[in-house]
Amino acid sequence: MNKEKGAVIRLENIKRDFQVGEETVHALRDVSFTIHEGEFVTIMGTSGSGKSTLLNTLGCLDTPTAGEYFLDGISVRTMGKNDRATLRNRKIGFVFQSYNLLAKTTAVENVELPLMYNPSFNAAARKEKAIESLKAVGLGDRLQHKSNQMSGGQMQRVAIARALVNDPAVILADEATGNLDTRTSYDILVLFQRLHAEGRTIIFVTHNPEIAHYSSRNIQLKDGRVVSDTQNEHIQSAAEVLAKLPVEIDN
Amino acid sequence: MNGTNLLKIALRALANNKMRGFLTMLGIIIGVASVITMLAIGQGSKKSIQSQISEMGSNMIMIQPGGDMRGGVRQSASSMETLKLTDFESIVNETRYLSAVSPTVNSSGQLIFGANNKPTTVYGVNEAYLDIRRYEVEDGDMFTSQDIATAAKVCVVGKTVVDELFTNGENPVGKVIRFNKIPLRIVGVLKSKGYNSMGMDQDDLILAPYTTIQKRVLAITHIQGINASAIKEEYTDQAIDEITEILRRNHKLRETDEDDFTIRSMEEMSKMMTTTTDLMTVLLAAVAGISLLVGGIGIMNIMYVSVTERTREIGLRMSIGAKGRDILAQFLIESILISVTGGIIGVLFGVGAAFMVNILVHFPVSIQAWTIFLSFAVCTFTGVFFGWYPAQKAAQLDPIEAIRYE
Repeated sequence: MNKEKGAVIRLENIKRDFQVGEETVHALRDVSFTIHEGEFVTIMGTSGSGKSTLLNTLGCLDTPTAGEYFLDGISVRTMGKNDRATLRNRKIGFVFQSYNLLAKTTAVENVELPLMYNPSFNAAARKEKAIESLKAVGLGDRLQHKSNQMSGGQMQRVAIARALVNDPAVILADEATGNLDTRTSYDILVLFQRLHAEGRTIIFVTHNPEIAHYSSRNIQLKDGRVVSDTQNEHIQSAAEVLAKLPVEIDN
Repeated sequence: MNGTNLLKIALRALANNKMRGFLTMLGIIIGVASVITMLAIGQGSKKSIQSQISEMGSNMIMIQPGGDMRGGVRQSASSMETLKLTDFESIVNETRYLSAVSPTVNSSGQLIFGANNKPTTVYGVNEAYLDIRRYEVEDGDMFTSQDIATAAKVCVVGKTVVDELFTNGENPVGKVIRFNKIPLRIVGVLKSKGYNSMGMDQDDLILAPYTTIQKRVLAITHIQGINASAIKEEYTDQAIDEITEILRRNHKLRETDEDDFTIRSMEEMSKMMTTTTDLMTVLLAAVAGISLLVGGIGIMNIMYVSVTERTREIGLRMSIGAKGRDILAQFLIESILISVTGGIIGVLFGVGAAFMVNILVHFPVSIQAWTIFLSFAVCTFTGVFFGWYPAQKAAQLDPIEAIRYE
């Protein structure tokens, strides 16, 4: 297996320090790993483990104090703000815990948003791409629904469609199931597993250890260091678990 | 991100907060409307003063002999004989900027008709004098060039003269009055102009052919002055230059000689009188401008609220690829949209209010294109100026913190 060929993310001795008053906080102390194309990686850790800082670094929202970070072969560490913005726009799809959809805005318009900041897409191309993305997450029948007319699960699907619309090199999910009930969480996990099966690279940052069962690889952080990095040989199917869940009967 | 998209985003943001947007706009609306109304009132009173002056003939130019020195003694204008009929003729033949020219000679004396008499001034002029001074003949006719050629004993009289001499209400036209023993037949009566803004009765006069006054009353060959009107007020200065040139040439003055005549224009007077109204306009506009400033601060305030409220949206936009300048443009366009829309509504209200002032309290108003243009320019500037700081604040947010802002 030629691992270097498909390296989407390569971290080399990443350090990130914060200055809090007189004290220096070491949020990340020497983190190195490589994520290849098509992997579904969960990054886990308790609060304070540095996983948020790692996520910000991976998402090009933050730059490391020391070390090298290559996203799709591009060195991020020395990039300026605007270049990183463009890089995020082209290479990364974000999925947040609280969806972060624009209020009173239709699903299509929400999904179009990243393409708005990419001058190579005109209005027609944006719309076509957005509809395609929404269909891919199973919301082909809710294109014109506004964000306040949708359930949490539907909103998260719109957010995932938004993350897919620019064909990113990697999808970064931050506690993407954190605000959802069990059933809807599995729904979303099924979707992530399907995207993984289609060959997408997914990084899922969470503190929920259960989710690791459904990913292909699990990285554990503690006090700013990687404490374990294991391949998951027995990936569970979220769809099967979902089928076994007791169906809530309304009325 | 292109302009259309930015405009769409701004429109949506305003549509999401209609009441707030409207109240913010209201500050600008009131500011602009008051600027427009105040300027309209200021300009209106200036215009009405100008029109009063123009009733006297705002483009009038008066040429008098003067500036003559005899043995170091400066002579009074009336005793001078430097203006000749040939000067008048040269001016008539050569100038391009004058529409009417009349020689003037005058004489004061006692007017007698029947048992009534009154002192007055008789002006010896030609037919063009009516145009120059904006007089009109109400009854009868003006004397003719034939009358001038023959030095006919005819005259046209003002209303005050009629009222004082013809106390029985008889028709003065055709009657003969005597001026210093010279009988003059009245051929016409001038329409009343009332008192001018300096308090002079403009109806207390008699006009007669200048030749009649020269030959039969004063026994002189020179003239005492020339009155003329420029084709337009704006051409007054050119006309004065031209007249000066003609007269200096006619009088054979050398480069170093002083003019032996003086030329005055009504324009100078009008300038003096409009200075006051200009000052008033500036004061009114300044007060109104302050309310526009307050409106601008309102925009700034609301944009701050808007930025804080939409911190998460800003964070999201940044994390999916918006650059600082995209966010800056987004909020700037929003504030410009508020101010310009407010400006348009304000102009409409301002114009409406100006007309209301005119209709209800009969104050003269005048709305000029530049006042509207200025208000718009100030509005857009207000939008940019007061929108800049909040927009800048938005653009400098850290996406990491913004996206998690509660």
